[in-house]
Amino acid sequence: MYLPLSWLRELVELDGIELKTIEDGLFSCGLEVEEKAPVAPDISGVYVGRVKSIERHPDSDHMFVCIVDCGERGSDIQIVTGAQNVHAGDIVPAALDGAHVYGRRKGDDSRAPEVATIKNGKLRGIASNGMLCSGEELGIDDNWYEGASVNGIMMLPKDAPLGADVKTVLGLDDEVWDISVTANLPHCQHVYGVARELAALLDRPLHTPDLSYTPVSGRDAGISIRVDAPDLCPRYIGHYVYDVEIKKSPELIRRRLHMCGINAINTIVDITNYVLVEMGQPMHAFDLNNVTDHSIIVRRAEQDEKIVTLDEREFTLSPENLVICDAARPVALAGIMGGLNSEITDNTTEVLFEAAKFVRGNIRRTSRSLGQSSDSSHRFEKGVDAYTTGIAMQRALHLIEEFGCGKVGEAHIDVYAEADRKQPCIATTFRAINDVLGIEVPTETITAILSRMNYTLNIDGDSITATPPAYREDIEGSAADLAEDVIKMYGYDHIFPRFMVNASITAGGHNRVQMNTAAFKNCLCAQGFFETINYSFYSTVELDLLRLAEDAPERDAVRILNPLSEKYAIMRTTLVPSLLNVLSTNSKRGNENVRVYEIANIFMPQGNSLPIEKKRFCFALYGKGESFFTAKGVLEELASKFGLSLSYERTTRPFLHPGATAAVKCGKTEVGFFGQLSYEIAGDLDIAQSVFVGELDFDALLDLFSTKLTYAPVSPYRDIHRDLAVVAPESMTCGEIEAVVRSACKSVSEVRLFDIYRGGQVPEGHKSMAFALTFTPEDKELMPEDADKFMAKILKSLEYRLGLKIRS
Amino acid sequence: MKQKIQSMREAIEAKLSSVATTAELREIRSVYLSRTGEIPALMKQLGSLPKEERPEAGKYINEFKNWATERIEECEATLAAKELAERYEREAVDITMPAESRPMGALHPVTLVRDELVRIFSGMGFVVYDGREIEDDYHNFTALNQPEDHPARDKQDTFYVTDDILLRTHTSPGQIHMLETTKPPFKAVMPGRVFRCDDDATHAPMFHQLEGLVIDKGLSLCDLHGLLDTLAKAMFSSDTKTRFRPSYFPFTEPSVEVDVSCMECGGKGCRLCKGTGWIEILGGGVVNRRVIENCGLDPDEWTGLAFGVGMERIAMLKYGLNNIHLFYDGDVRILSQFH
Repeated sequence: MYLPLSWLRELVELDGIELKTIEDGLFSCGLEVEEKAPVAPDISGVYVGRVKSIERHPDSDHMFVCIVDCGERGSDIQIVTGAQNVHAGDIVPAALDGAHVYGRRKGDDSRAPEVATIKNGKLRGIASNGMLCSGEELGIDDNWYEGASVNGIMMLPKDAPLGADVKTVLGLDDEVWDISVTANLPHCQHVYGVARELAALLDRPLHTPDLSYTPVSGRDAGISIRVDAPDLCPRYIGHYVYDVEIKKSPELIRRRLHMCGINAINTIVDITNYVLVEMGQPMHAFDLNNVTDHSIIVRRAEQDEKIVTLDEREFTLSPENLVICDAARPVALAGIMGGLNSEITDNTTEVLFEAAKFVRGNIRRTSRSLGQSSDSSHRFEKGVDAYTTGIAMQRALHLIEEFGCGKVGEAHIDVYAEADRKQPCIATTFRAINDVLGIEVPTETITAILSRMNYTLNIDGDSITATPPAYREDIEGSAADLAEDVIKMYGYDHIFPRFMVNASITAGGHNRVQMNTAAFKNCLCAQGFFETINYSFYSTVELDLLRLAEDAPERDAVRILNPLSEKYAIMRTTLVPSLLNVLSTNSKRGNENVRVYEIANIFMPQGNSLPIEKKRFCFALYGKGESFFTAKGVLEELASKFGLSLSYERTTRPFLHPGATAAVKCGKTEVGFFGQLSYEIAGDLDIAQSVFVGELDFDALLDLFSTKLTYAPVSPYRDIHRDLAVVAPESMTCGEIEAVVRSACKSVSEVRLFDIYRGGQVPEGHKSMAFALTFTPEDKELMPEDADKFMAKILKSLEYRLGLKIRS
Repeated sequence: MKQKIQSMREAIEAKLSSVATTAELREIRSVYLSRTGEIPALMKQLGSLPKEERPEAGKYINEFKNWATERIEECEATLAAKELAERYEREAVDITMPAESRPMGALHPVTLVRDELVRIFSGMGFVVYDGREIEDDYHNFTALNQPEDHPARDKQDTFYVTDDILLRTHTSPGQIHMLETTKPPFKAVMPGRVFRCDDDATHAPMFHQLEGLVIDKGLSLCDLHGLLDTLAKAMFSSDTKTRFRPSYFPFTEPSVEVDVSCMECGGKGCRLCKGTGWIEILGGGVVNRRVIENCGLDPDEWTGLAFGVGMERIAMLKYGLNNIHLFYDGDVRILSQFH
């Protein structure tokens, strides 16, 4: 919110207090000054001067030579001006040597004009020691100062002291602070509210705006008001004003509205805006002549009912929206904007003022769903209290009187559903308040602070009963409410760090699953993998990329009702597309060797219940030297780290190479798959190299992890190594041979294929496979003769069970 | 015999003086000293000498054999030393040539921050709770005292799956789950993904928070300050200062915003802290009694402290990443910087 300092100073006595103190004070109340904007930061060195004499310039037919009296700044300053409206005796702004003013704006260039520096010089041979200024050169127009928009030099008030800084005279030395207010402090969302808070904090006198008015009897407009939706409109006040004179508001009002970013329009509209900024209560004024039967009905809109708002936009409504209607039609979109059909015009003579409390949720929803908002709706969204609704109406009526722009009628209708609502009374103890804070704020201090914050207090020893002021609707009713208010005023710097002196000792740290997850990630890190984090949502296009069938389980995804875009519309059912996109990004950027993974949830819909969340581990890689077997090696390393024994079975996936895809099993449980990405999809992703990708059920893996470490005795005898070469048909797998070798001899501890050879003497359709076998002795030393025996047994078995012959 | 030995001695001397390799030397040794070598052959010739000459000749041959053995060994040692020196010289490497290694990968920077936070809090007795990412309205809002008409419930800010099911907007629902399932007193941190309808230069629709919750008896705002002061000092540096300022969260009262002294300028004011000397890092407060009540505990008996920190924000401050979207980019040139 915008806070003009001069306005603030009018409402709270701040003389002798430094701006820094005010800023810090606001900060400690939760009102952070986000920006401090001086009204005229670029103007300087311009003083009040009286034109003593004026003569035509000897060498110019349009310029004049003036002698200006600027009091103590110089009583005979010669200034040449080109303006045609200057006369002897005029009081004018004189920019003297070194002054800064705005240059002339060119055409309709809407950018801020450039700042010019005034220097002593000569104009056609005549010395000119300054410049007389127009309103434009001072950056102001009629809205700031009557007469500032004139074409020529701006005239200052006759009584302005000569030599005084015009910024002071014109109120240009003001500053507007932009303040952010936390959501729980709607009572501070306006100038009066901030003043009230500061008055309490700094213990300074508060000047409540004048709320007095005297109704003038004589005319009764026969106004009726009915609220059909009290749930959405807890309070609605209407007041009749007649003999309205639509004119310009006083200068001070226009200036203040301007400083708050609001255009002055006319007295009636300006009053509603002024009260909004000052008291925080949005108001509306209906032209009563256009309110059918002078009757107001507050109700939910009918389905497809239409309204055209002041800005000439038409909206089609539903019962979700609250409208203000007359006897025939909607005349305002409640709390958001008035209707065009009842707007204040220059011909308005009778007005119905509205001050109401509309519940914030409904205003917000309507505003968002219709895409229509206003200062009023923004204010209602933050919350308006019913008490202020009442005093704001009084304030508006006072201003009618003050501006002399109408007669305040007697007709005052107040429909107040919660008229007998009582503020929650907090019954607690000083001890309880200090217990929340952890410090000892003296009882008297607490009492003084709460009194200054307008609590009604009842104190009995340590007991305290506090009733918050009517404008506080944020109070829930506990000692914590009071503690919060007390510490704001007492100062958060009194809170000191103390390390939970009363807290119990608790055992902390990761549980088994979390420890294993961390170890799993470290194991991947050691294998050159980079962890990635990808969005939990993507689009169905990603599933199309994987060539998944229409009825594939991955297509059954949790759908977001209101996604940012179709790109992020479904929750992931597989991590594979995310990782493939990471590879694609890297490949496009020329990164040559990439190993990446992610461990994250996938989501499975469960009708109207919460979806199932399951952790998946997905890894993907490409690069020099990478192959199906390096990918398999990744899994084997992990398996050995976590005591798993994995097996692999040929399988297929629509997105993987039909001949290079394996299901990964641990015992009887299938835990996932991996393989080479199909060339079609690699092409789609612009990756020229072979890509390998796998996805495993991480929850299942975690269940299978064995991290129990048990010592197994090491044989004191040496291993013996032998090589074995066999010629096998192409269709025979390494695994089949290995299985036979292992079952033939229990001393075999390792069977490792180290070479495959085709061609030469190997018959067509066959391959020669060379294995390195390791025999590990158990209880006695193995002799070469023992190994020979083992080999013979193995060979016999290979021949008998697989029909294999030894390659000679 | 003497003569024979003398000439053999000279021959050996000659050969040894020109021997260049240990292989040649082995050859010399074998020629003279092996079982079938020339010196053992001399021994065999003893038998052909007159009996009385044999002892002296035997002694002489023995002396000669010892001499030869010694000389050859001496020579061997010299040669070995020379050859070793040569080998060392030959094998000298260009130490500036590139290393050969399998490069390590790295954890994601958000994981690094998570792990560091968890480590700090584990030491203070906090357990780690991994909560759901899709929640119901009750756990995400209602139980946390979020008023029915609170803006956060808008479709504008929250991703909904049904009217009642949504992507959690903060890790705070973890507070409710902990309170529902764990007997106090306890301390827990709850790291995880959260989601909000925001996607621009400074916001991503998904990011990470770490929620903290302590439920015990007699906890106060000073205890929260102590806790978070410890956190800030461990996370940034031991001279980091913390300050509280008022804020608002429906589930805590009083609520505070926590600033730490700027890690860049130490509090003097710089671009990072926009001249204020302070950087906002997290929010927290004393748990609102309604939250405790909502979870079936007696708020007059049990008190709580809660806080929530944005992990990307910490990572940005700690590592100098300047754009939240870099965390989800996946480029290994970014990821490889976080060892």
